[in-house]
Amino acid sequence: MQFWYFLTALTLISALMVVLSKNPIHSVLYLVFTFFCISGHYVLLNAQFLMAVNIIVYAGAIMVLFLFVIMMLDLRRNSPDSKTNLTKLAGAVVGGTVLVIFIAATRKINLGTGADNAFYNSQTGMVENLGQILYRNYLLPFELVSILFFVAMVGAVMLGKREAGERNF
Amino acid sequence: MNYQPSDYLPIIVQIGAALAFIVLTMVATHWLGPKRHSKAKDDVFECGIESVGNARTPISVKYFLVAILFVLFDVEIIFMYPWAVNFKTLGWDGFLEMIVFMSLLLAGFIYVLKKGVLDWEK
Amino acid sequence: MELTSTVFTAKAIYVGVIFAITLGVAAYSTYFERIFAAFFQDRVGPDRAGPFGILQPLADAVKMFMKEDFIPANSSKWLFILGPCLSMFTALMTSAVIPFGDTIDLGNGVKFDLQGIDVNIGILWVFGIVSLGVYGILVGGWASNNKYSLLGAIRAASQNISYELAMGLSIISILMMTGSLSTKAIVEAQQNGHWNILYQPVGFILFIICAFAECNRTPFDLPECETELIGGYHTEYSSMKLGFYLFAEYINMFVSGAVMATLYFGGYDYPFYETVVNSFGENVANLIGFGALIGKALFFVFVFMWVRWTLPRFRYDQLMNLGWTGLIPIAMFNVVWTGLIILLPAEFNLSSWASIGVAIAGIPVLIVGLFIYHSIAGGKKKKTALAR
Repeated sequence: MQFWYFLTALTLISALMVVLSKNPIHSVLYLVFTFFCISGHYVLLNAQFLMAVNIIVYAGAIMVLFLFVIMMLDLRRNSPDSKTNLTKLAGAVVGGTVLVIFIAATRKINLGTGADNAFYNSQTGMVENLGQILYRNYLLPFELVSILFFVAMVGAVMLGKREAGERNF
Repeated sequence: MNYQPSDYLPIIVQIGAALAFIVLTMVATHWLGPKRHSKAKDDVFECGIESVGNARTPISVKYFLVAILFVLFDVEIIFMYPWAVNFKTLGWDGFLEMIVFMSLLLAGFIYVLKKGVLDWEK
Repeated sequence: MELTSTVFTAKAIYVGVIFAITLGVAAYSTYFERIFAAFFQDRVGPDRAGPFGILQPLADAVKMFMKEDFIPANSSKWLFILGPCLSMFTALMTSAVIPFGDTIDLGNGVKFDLQGIDVNIGILWVFGIVSLGVYGILVGGWASNNKYSLLGAIRAASQNISYELAMGLSIISILMMTGSLSTKAIVEAQQNGHWNILYQPVGFILFIICAFAECNRTPFDLPECETELIGGYHTEYSSMKLGFYLFAEYINMFVSGAVMATLYFGGYDYPFYETVVNSFGENVANLIGFGALIGKALFFVFVFMWVRWTLPRFRYDQLMNLGWTGLIPIAMFNVVWTGLIILLPAEFNLSSWASIGVAIAGIPVLIVGLFIYHSIAGGKKKKTALAR
């Protein structure tokens, strides 16, 4: 339990640092660290496969993509100067509204009386059991996911492919 | 097998040992070496030619496309892990499921190749 | 296994021992690399520090520590320090899930696994940590604020992520045979000589190529290709920060050797295990198994060096083409073929020899397929070249 508090504090601090740090590269690295802490939470929940997937996909793949994008942009020229008072006010209003919605939503949550012992199995999060459910009960969504990937691939190529005669560096 | 979160406790020892080694080495090398600065030495090293412009120029969009395709393929491969682990119990049904999944993956792959995204010679 | 305080202490000591072995092997790899280089090129090699130059790694370490810890003026200081630290950290963390040996009886009925952590995700741990290895190089290269470093870093990152895909796919066929991600289970399924290499020759070749690329070793060492990029991502580095980058490479070599031994060469399995158990007891037999795994890993380290002084390096487009258009389709073919190896003998009640036969039959099928593909694709390329 003490470990949970420690991990949660670490997660929140690093998540805050993502938003607060000025350098985008620092932000990305803090975000990677945040994903690690979340993986720690998955371990505590005994969802070991999700923990590994979280590290491989989020920390190992998507964050690398983010780093690439940030390195591709010219940081000095593209620094946003558009922080007028109006945008600050709009940001504050949006953020405040989201905060109010979150507080209202969490007040309604019924946490229940803990795990139902009749259905509780500590090994549910293991890869063997996960695969049994995914490839027997949820077969159609799984095959649809592959179509989603196909569409995503086409979209990425359409966005990124350079046309003839365009400057490349 | 009964796997529990406590299986991971030894990893904390390993993280601690690795961090201790890294920090100690870094501090030691910083403390032991000499410190002599000069204008030319603090400049970036580009084979003696004076450096022009900023090093952090935008890079080719090809690298970005490779990274985006990597993310997509990586997630697809992750989907194959639970399948591979259960392969023997799923039998022929599982085999056919994965043939369908992989043929779609292969179709996307061939599309990417035909579009010349991975063509580095141009 | 119950995690009592005795076992935890034993684990802590074990982690220390594995650290010492990895660092020691990495340090002496530098020495042996130079010895082998000298042998291949008909030179003498390091012979000044101590008898046969045996103290050379120690001398190198002292030199590294005494060099100036240099940080360029217009670099990002903290990221510049963080880069090599991340590289080293990821290199040191990979070995946690590798089963270096079977159980040791500590007395009082306490059994102790010679393995850092035996977890359900096993090999995915290695895969995850390897995928983080990109950050050390990318951050270090970007922080240097040097054109060559940045180019080297971007190259390294693209290369690593490209070969990660083929690596992930080649592991899948192992998992299909074992039915578990746990490295311990993978090794136990291979005991008594049923090594996976017999069933997965194509998978092993894919994996070793990807291991070369992930370690940035020749012929895939374009990130630090000195003819084009000075030193690549570590151009601006000096003292132990440079040492960390180089050291991490050697640690990765050793660990990937151990992973290859675990996945394809039976892990701590060795011939005549039963005889040794009968004459010397189980503890001795399992300690020899520990030695067997280290020996296999060292053999792969030797293969890494052998290849380095034999093959020239690729061009960058060749490297990316090999990773994407070469290895990924072959790996996908291998997954399908492995499915057949498992399902067909089960369907017709054939022996394990038959599945080995089917596995080896995969190689000619693959070669013929590649030949047909290349004759079609190559013909097209020639035609377009002529049309121009």
